[in-house]
Amino acid sequence: MSAFHVTFEQGIALLVFDLPGEPVNKLGPAAVADFERLFFGQLAQDPLIQAVVLLSGKPDNFIAGADIDQFLLIADAEAGAAMSQAGQDLINRVEAYPKPVVAAIHGACLGAGLELALACSWRIATDHPKTQLGLPEVQIGILPGAGGCQRLPRTIGLRAALDIILAGKSERAQKAFRLGLVDELVHPAILKEAAIAAALRLASGETPQRAPKAGLGGMLLDRNPIGRRLVYRQARATVLKKTGGNYPAPLEAIEAVKAGLEHGMETGLRVEREGFGRLAVSDVARQLIGIFFATTALKKDDGVPPGTPAKKFRRLGVVGAGFMGAGIAGTAVTQAEVEVRLKDTDLARVAKGLGSAQKILDGRLKRKRVTRYQHERLSALLSGTEDWSGFGRTGLVIEAVFEDLGLKQEVMADLEAAVPADTIIATNTSTIPIAQIGARLRHPERFLGMHFFSPVDRMPLLEVIPGPVTAPTAIATAVQFGRKMGKTVIVVRDSPGFWVNRILLPYMAEAGRLIEEGVPIDVIDRVMTRYGFPVGPATLLDEVGLDVAAKAGAVMHTAFGDRLAPSDLIPKLLADGRMGRKNGRGLFRYQEGKKAGVDESVYAVLGITPRSEVDEVDVRDRLSCLMLNEAAMALAEGVVRSPRDGDIGAIFGIGFPPFRGGPLRAIDASGPAMLVQRLEALTLAHGDRFTPCAALADHARAGQPYYSR
Amino acid sequence: MRGLPPNRRAVVIAGLRTPFARSGTVYRDVTAAQLARHAARELLYRTELPGNEVDQVMIGQVVPSPLIPNVAREVSLLPQLPKTIPAYTLNRACASGAQAIANAADQIMFGHADVVLAGGVESLSDVPILHSKRFAQTLMAASRARTLGERVSLFARVRPRDLAPVAPAIAEPSTGESMGQSAERMAKENGVTREAQDQLALMSHQRAAAATEDGRLRAEIAPWFGGRDFAEVTTTDNGIRQDSSLDALGKLKPVFDRRYGTVTAGNSSPLTDGAAMTLMMSAEKAYSLGYRPLAAVRSYAVAAVDPGWQLLSGPAWAVPQALDRAGISWKDLGLVEIHEAFAAQVLSNVQAWSSREWAARAGRSEPVGEVDWERTNALGGSIAIGHPFGATGARIVTTLANEMVRRDVQFGLVSICAQGGMGFAMVLERV
Repeated sequence: MSAFHVTFEQGIALLVFDLPGEPVNKLGPAAVADFERLFFGQLAQDPLIQAVVLLSGKPDNFIAGADIDQFLLIADAEAGAAMSQAGQDLINRVEAYPKPVVAAIHGACLGAGLELALACSWRIATDHPKTQLGLPEVQIGILPGAGGCQRLPRTIGLRAALDIILAGKSERAQKAFRLGLVDELVHPAILKEAAIAAALRLASGETPQRAPKAGLGGMLLDRNPIGRRLVYRQARATVLKKTGGNYPAPLEAIEAVKAGLEHGMETGLRVEREGFGRLAVSDVARQLIGIFFATTALKKDDGVPPGTPAKKFRRLGVVGAGFMGAGIAGTAVTQAEVEVRLKDTDLARVAKGLGSAQKILDGRLKRKRVTRYQHERLSALLSGTEDWSGFGRTGLVIEAVFEDLGLKQEVMADLEAAVPADTIIATNTSTIPIAQIGARLRHPERFLGMHFFSPVDRMPLLEVIPGPVTAPTAIATAVQFGRKMGKTVIVVRDSPGFWVNRILLPYMAEAGRLIEEGVPIDVIDRVMTRYGFPVGPATLLDEVGLDVAAKAGAVMHTAFGDRLAPSDLIPKLLADGRMGRKNGRGLFRYQEGKKAGVDESVYAVLGITPRSEVDEVDVRDRLSCLMLNEAAMALAEGVVRSPRDGDIGAIFGIGFPPFRGGPLRAIDASGPAMLVQRLEALTLAHGDRFTPCAALADHARAGQPYYSR
Repeated sequence: MRGLPPNRRAVVIAGLRTPFARSGTVYRDVTAAQLARHAARELLYRTELPGNEVDQVMIGQVVPSPLIPNVAREVSLLPQLPKTIPAYTLNRACASGAQAIANAADQIMFGHADVVLAGGVESLSDVPILHSKRFAQTLMAASRARTLGERVSLFARVRPRDLAPVAPAIAEPSTGESMGQSAERMAKENGVTREAQDQLALMSHQRAAAATEDGRLRAEIAPWFGGRDFAEVTTTDNGIRQDSSLDALGKLKPVFDRRYGTVTAGNSSPLTDGAAMTLMMSAEKAYSLGYRPLAAVRSYAVAAVDPGWQLLSGPAWAVPQALDRAGISWKDLGLVEIHEAFAAQVLSNVQAWSSREWAARAGRSEPVGEVDWERTNALGGSIAIGHPFGATGARIVTTLANEMVRRDVQFGLVSICAQGGMGFAMVLERV
């Protein structure tokens, strides 16, 4: 079955892309062959065909991009460059086509799809939220290798192009139109007609008129070599700052764009494909592509017993209007578009919670993610109460009161009395065992844990934790609702700290010990951001809050003994009235809510002087190896179902460096034996907490990696 | 109504309102639509009614915003409801909220609806301020003008006095007399003293304060979260003065006749913002959904008099008519709620019901009845609580129905005077 078929109207060929058996169109070798045969064959030769309109047969998708599977088959940089060149040649031929070609775009037009559209004579897009245009390649560690680095800056200007390419982002149709990426914007119902009309105009000899987007910035920066040099330098600096130099793709992309604009298309294409070749076989791209496939696979194999339907509901209850509860409420309204009833014990708390939930919504309006009217409608979904009114028709209630077992059990009793017997009840806890919180429920089968991360609207992970008797429907509902909230969801076992905090807490405790030993706070953070974490452990401690960390630390200590003993740092700082960012006093100073450098007075509180000489490799290994060892142990205990879930959890939950692929991929990368060796050395130097776990030792002995590929 | 199959009787399930607030205070930045939506949404939550059960929405409003002429539709477009519920906004002046409930009862009794959200709203903080006719005409012409030159020459003709805004006045279009002036005239013609008026005002405040304190009024109010970040929470009406006294009321100057007048700001209802909603159902629907009705609509009546005469005396006609339609007499009433636009008006109405002369005017042989203040406006009235024109009727019906349950009385009466010389009365019955 061909991926392309043709119909004819008024002398115009309508070439429809409809990849068989797939929900979206992807450009793989077979589809490309079909395209070439039709497009350069019959359509090019038939003199009665005046022009071609390229359309999609998928409901809300134009072309999602290249088929990523084929990138994994690339053997070396030369092969990668050759693959890129094949793409470039194809797109060049489209650009040189003897007849006008109109791209009629509805739905996602990404990656190779946009590169193809950029070579067309005219681009019409629908004014529809699903219509998004972009080049997401750098997100999987490569660059747009089919001429995208050349044609995008030529179409919309250097700065706007770098903006899209370097962040790998996509733009909505409106914005794309403003940028000049799209020539016409029409209602979806008339897309085909408008495209035919444009094709007829072009076929009659009319040349496309595009106003150059200049402006002062354009003249000064985009359109003269000195200005452009400034832009390249600035872009490099920004990329390096953002990536810590761990991600080569944006840098290669800058080079490809630069070569093309400064030395012509030929050179540009050459630099582009060579860059693509190098990147495609790099470890970073392999890991990022691996994560992409892992998250896709997770959606199909999500830990829900197969065939279990999720419960459908329109109303969510949230108990506890604190920071977490409000975050859950605001995100649920914004993303899942359900009614949210936010409850707390008095109206002042409710008001505060409503206020911060509303801020999440307002942020969407400010960033123009929703219209004023959608915003109004979404706002009306959010309401608050100090009694249980409105809870009688909730499908799911998430409890997010303070982390205290007694309090949570008490709330559970009241909650269970206020909702019907089939309402699913979830508790948001970071460390307390689910079984204990639900111990006194009359219907524990509808109860489970949903561990959100703070701030809820920005952190992409959700851990779903079934209790001992949780029914499959409850699990299915929690997982599906988490996805509707825009989260990546992993189902984990009810074990103290679950997965994410289990591997994070020993790391945080070790950071505390390093500070107590006199390692400067900023050095620790710098070492770990260089390792690839988005923030260092000291910053994270302040963000989480020292009180929260203390409570979590105590739970872990009780559960796992001295191996997971917290450092003495936190109690000392708490005694000094430091709770972190929330009260503006922590390891760092805060000015008007903004972090303003290390608070040097911390050292005096701890009675130490910071060392000037630090073995940074030792710091890095003490922190990272401890986390990897704990990950191996927790995986062996079955806390996560697979290395894949564990790696995704670590990346999305604590920002474990994506280019390392996750803690278990990282163990594979160095080899388990190497890690065991290093841990043994650390044990000798620093104590028993570094003892390699049995599971890791087994892997090392068997020489067996966690992943086969 | 009488003679109706019992399962088609229209019953009041519950009512809820926003706190009532003097105009320009709590709700100064809030639209009437937001107030009405808030009350309706909270009513849905408190009654746990699934949104798809609602058949119609009817809302009374007296001064609509030109930007939202049909506020009822904005309520029926709440995301808690399906988008397919028809809705309309009506204007029976100060009886609009009660009229919405009467219309809901009609639709239910006809069998056209089983579940209706009926109520009213007013925001006098959100009133349209109009341009002068001349300036409005200029703007219209300018929007049609083709060239800049034409536009400039049009605006060149505008004079400073044309730019003065025109606020809508609360005056009778047919007579030019303001409502306060009418009340002042009624006080004089019916011999209502300043002391009697102040006494009534004091009672209104004291009873409203007590009913707020003991939670009866609070229970009918959905807390309002307002201001920046919702930090200002309002749970009660802000016009009620717990510390009101005859002494303080007596010190106020008459507003409409500074020399011989008796009507003051203290014995009149203030300009108020607020919304009140009730949930109405057919009895059969109520029972099938498991609700226990507070009361049923037994009858209602609307009358009108010459606005140039005693503008606020409509209830003198409407009340006996409603009682007749209910097939009961005044002495059967266990509770009475009289809308307090002005103390002078309330006392004039009370006098009229007890007077042979007024009875004769209405073509009746006997007076309607004597008001027993122990059973009248038991939780205070509009003077203290405030009077958002469109909302008051729904506020009164809700309060009456709740108090009828508490006192276990069979019949209750609502009496409302309205602009244009109209009067509205409704009899509720315990079911």
